[in-house]
Amino acid sequence: MARAFTPKVVTANDLLEGDVVYQTEDDRWSRDLSEAELITDEAHAQVRLLDAARQASKIVGAYLADAVAGDNGPEPAHFREDFRRTGPSNYAHGKQETSPQPRA
Amino acid sequence: MYRYSEFDTAFLAERNAQFRAQVERRIDGSLTEDEFKPLRLMNGLYLQLHAYMLRVAIPYGTLSSAQMRQLALLAEKWDKGYGHFTTRQNIQYNWPKLNDVPDMLDALAEVGMHAIQTSGNTIRNVTADHFAGAAADEVADPRPYAELLRQWSTDHPEFQFMPRKFKIAITGSENDRAVIKAHDIGLQLIERDGVLGARVIVGGGLGRTPMIGKELSEFVAFDDLLAYLEATVSVWNQIGRRDNKYKARIKITVHENGIDTIRAKVNERFLQVRPQFKGADMNLLEEIKGHFAPPAFREGSVASFESAYTNDPVFRSWVDTNIAPHKNADHAIVTISIKKHGQTPGDATAEQMRVMADLAEEFAYDELRISHEQNVILPHVHKSDLPAIHAKLKEYELATANIGLISDIIACPGMDYCALATARSIPVAQEIATRFEDMKLEHDIGHLKIKISGCINACGHHHVGHIGILGLDRAGVENYQITLGGDATETAAIGDRTGPGFAYDEIVPAVERIVDTYLEQRESAEETFLEAYRRVGMAPFKAALYPEAQANAA
Repeated sequence: MARAFTPKVVTANDLLEGDVVYQTEDDRWSRDLSEAELITDEAHAQVRLLDAARQASKIVGAYLADAVAGDNGPEPAHFREDFRRTGPSNYAHGKQETSPQPRA
Repeated sequence: MYRYSEFDTAFLAERNAQFRAQVERRIDGSLTEDEFKPLRLMNGLYLQLHAYMLRVAIPYGTLSSAQMRQLALLAEKWDKGYGHFTTRQNIQYNWPKLNDVPDMLDALAEVGMHAIQTSGNTIRNVTADHFAGAAADEVADPRPYAELLRQWSTDHPEFQFMPRKFKIAITGSENDRAVIKAHDIGLQLIERDGVLGARVIVGGGLGRTPMIGKELSEFVAFDDLLAYLEATVSVWNQIGRRDNKYKARIKITVHENGIDTIRAKVNERFLQVRPQFKGADMNLLEEIKGHFAPPAFREGSVASFESAYTNDPVFRSWVDTNIAPHKNADHAIVTISIKKHGQTPGDATAEQMRVMADLAEEFAYDELRISHEQNVILPHVHKSDLPAIHAKLKEYELATANIGLISDIIACPGMDYCALATARSIPVAQEIATRFEDMKLEHDIGHLKIKISGCINACGHHHVGHIGILGLDRAGVENYQITLGGDATETAAIGDRTGPGFAYDEIVPAVERIVDTYLEQRESAEETFLEAYRRVGMAPFKAALYPEAQANAA
């Protein structure tokens, strides 16, 4: 039996600002991981990544990041993605300036 | 200080105009990211975890007050009010917007600065002893030669697409403050029979395969040095491995071929290259030397310094740790710590940059230096001005007396910023500094260098730290390996691994156990951590770090 597919989100950086963004189900780019589309099917994940790659005028470096379903939308599966959705730990810069982000 | 010629100014203006157009074409969709990425990297623009990052070269770590003020302006106008001084004597801005970068580069050009070759497989910013031109132990100021190397390597047609990046460090002193043995090429200026030249070290480097450089030539006279360096880079450019990025650096080429083979190839190539150097480089060097003429050191009584030293214990403590001997006895070299306990190593606010610029202008012949140890230096200060400088620094949280001590930590940006990082380094540095400050132990511990990297690439120089810390990702959690006994000086050594790594919340207690062991083991307060480690070896430190293993073995 094939190994179970780990759920994914499509994430990238905004072309102009560089800020971390996530692809939503309705094809927007959100700065908030909880709004991201949580993809549970491998074939669909590849399609969504191709969709993202076609938006080179909006974003840079799209990739699939592991995520898990949480009470309020997707949650990071790895600490690197937790830092990306939050911002640096030495200053309250990045996303922490506009909306307080959870830190595990 | 080097002043740009008309050629330099025109060259930079053209490069900046090109990049401005490239950014416009990326934004309007004419360039894909794959096409744009090498172009932005050639101009120092990276994409990190949370934002773009602009890395600006500070050639051989030297700045004027006007340049420092401009760095402050960039921090304030286009970033978040601060900049990060790096272990390669550069400054990084962590939050620029793509649209703003061409304006930032133009602003840098106004003061003769750029971000060229701060990335890519090119010859990077040439680094130098941060005490150059001031140190009491110096044969000659290495910066004129470093500037010659900057001009030679910038846009050098043969060296734009090399197997990998290439880093050169240069010092004029026997006491190595520029870590020349951990660079692709390290140069130590020496004089032989009245002729100035350099000892050439090759194949040092840190990263995933740390190596101490080997001597390629014990002496190359200045007249031949540029041709010799061109021959060296050229040999590697030809035979260096391009099949595997991790085996591409010259240290691997030297290791795989052997230093004698490399030396023979370099000598052979040197004979071909040498006739192309017809003395124009030496004429240029003479002209550049004029830019670096030492200031007219002022004379005057140092009585006010001596009285402050006797009467003010805080000033005395700062002088004892942060001041180094100057070649002029009435002068001193001031290292300004930008590592107040709990702060991010290497970060300075725009306001702090301006204060340091003002001090340089008023008291230090308009010169500043950035050290690879992420501090700022006023290289020439008359001792009578030290009390006034110290008073001003205190007002801006810049008077921390910790140079060479346990809180004077080198740390890379780590996973708080860097896209390559596997773990954080900044918070580990902050916590170590705060912990030992709380215990008021650091002056008792004495000379101890901790260096922290957040990944195997070793920007934080952990291999050559007395205590080195390497942050890794082990099964999805941060894990920190420790090495002991590394040395970044003329007696360079790679540290030894203690054993299994420690979790994020265990690393600071582990460092405490190492320091406690040192304090127990040392023969006297004069025996430094490194000396004690070399005498007693790993065993007592291992016993303190891994008591369970000891218990199991018993």
